[in-house]
Amino acid sequence: MAMIEIKDIHKWYGDFHVLKNVNESIEKGEVLVICGPSGSGKSTFIRCINRLEEIQKGEILLEGRNIYDKGVDVNELRTEVGMVFQQFNLYPHLTVLQNVTLAPIKVRKMPKSQAESIAMELLARVGIHDQAKKFPVELSGGQQQRVAIARALAMKPKVMLFDEPTSALDPEMINEVLNAMKDLARDGMTMLCVTHEMGFAREVADRVIFMDGGAIVEEGTPEHFFTNPQHERTKAFLKEIL
Amino acid sequence: MNYDFQWNVVLSGEYLDWILSGVKVTCQISAVSLFFAMCIGTLLAVMRLTRFKPFVWFTAIYTEFFRNTPLLVQIFFWYFGSDGLLPRFALDWLYDHDFEFAAGVIALTVYTSAFIAEEIRSGINSIPRTQLEASRACGLSFVQAMRYVILPQAFRIIIPPLISQALNLLKNSALCMTIGVAELLYMAKQIESYSFRAFEAMSVATLIYLSISLVVSFTITQYNKHFMRTVSY
Repeated sequence: MAMIEIKDIHKWYGDFHVLKNVNESIEKGEVLVICGPSGSGKSTFIRCINRLEEIQKGEILLEGRNIYDKGVDVNELRTEVGMVFQQFNLYPHLTVLQNVTLAPIKVRKMPKSQAESIAMELLARVGIHDQAKKFPVELSGGQQQRVAIARALAMKPKVMLFDEPTSALDPEMINEVLNAMKDLARDGMTMLCVTHEMGFAREVADRVIFMDGGAIVEEGTPEHFFTNPQHERTKAFLKEIL
Repeated sequence: MNYDFQWNVVLSGEYLDWILSGVKVTCQISAVSLFFAMCIGTLLAVMRLTRFKPFVWFTAIYTEFFRNTPLLVQIFFWYFGSDGLLPRFALDWLYDHDFEFAAGVIALTVYTSAFIAEEIRSGINSIPRTQLEASRACGLSFVQAMRYVILPQAFRIIIPPLISQALNLLKNSALCMTIGVAELLYMAKQIESYSFRAFEAMSVATLIYLSISLVVSFTITQYNKHFMRTVSY
């Protein structure tokens, strides 16, 4: 059974057809990179997977369970699907450690000491355990994004969604975030990454999909995608960004 | 000007006791009303932001209605008009206890909560929507996200306007003398009619209102300074 099964999904914003008949199947442990021009629906696509956006047609199955079923608890679903945003979106009024422990303590009802030791492990894994007592504003963008990754991991999700995680970073900070993501991929996390970091795609992606106008235009292994793209639109896009 | 100032008349003996008891009642009625006004104001603000139509309509009507009618009219309404509003047993209970105080608290609470709701709503709106998204994406419910992420940030931003609402409430509480709540102004007025020392009695009342306001404002500002350093966008 696939980890995530996406069948014929459609979404409209009013009259605007944002997602058109998107089909995809993601295996456990697979890393999928989604790229495409802005406005192509790639962010909307991954935001449908934790229901930050609602689809109007089709279905999304997480381990065989339809996440749009009436009986599904959205909050519980979201604990299984971690998300990292372009703008980090850390809680500015809480320390780094509190950012990571908030959801485990409040949602999972985990004792504070246990949540903190898990958080410290995760912060160590992304290399910022020595900043645990600081507030987000005191950290660099790259450090903040790594905290955001630790925060998402604290819920022990089965899938991680990354929505342009390096687009808001200064160039010299991009690698530290990508390295944290590569570690995660090597540890077998199922990941969907909207990104324009083609180096990352080449190195860790199992598959790359290219979206345009709300539909998947081309998909394949990184090898195929970068050396032998079939679609004109993909070729034009690659020419722009490589 | 040959007015003979006699401060010691007002500030000694029985009159001093009256003033002190008036200060106590003023502080009590303001504190109790502020507490309820904050609770109701927060609830109204969150209800309005749920985008659930009946909630939105209810809160919009509530705030517009109570912000745009005179407080004195509202005080009279709750005091004289509650006969028609409350069930018998509730009225009996209130008459046995301090009905003036209760009517005053209800009027001040309802009136102030309408203003506080608007302040809190604008505070919540000033927090980027992505904060709500980030907390929901971690599995927090709407209420948890409000409680632990949005409101703590919103409150820090709106502390200054909330102080001025609290001080307005304190000053507005003086209107409750009209329904016989024995608060500070009521006592000052009583001293004036017993002693004919109008200037002294009113001066003392004025200075006491002023000092309470300044102390409250100073304390909260200091408290807030301590926290503001962590919030910035």
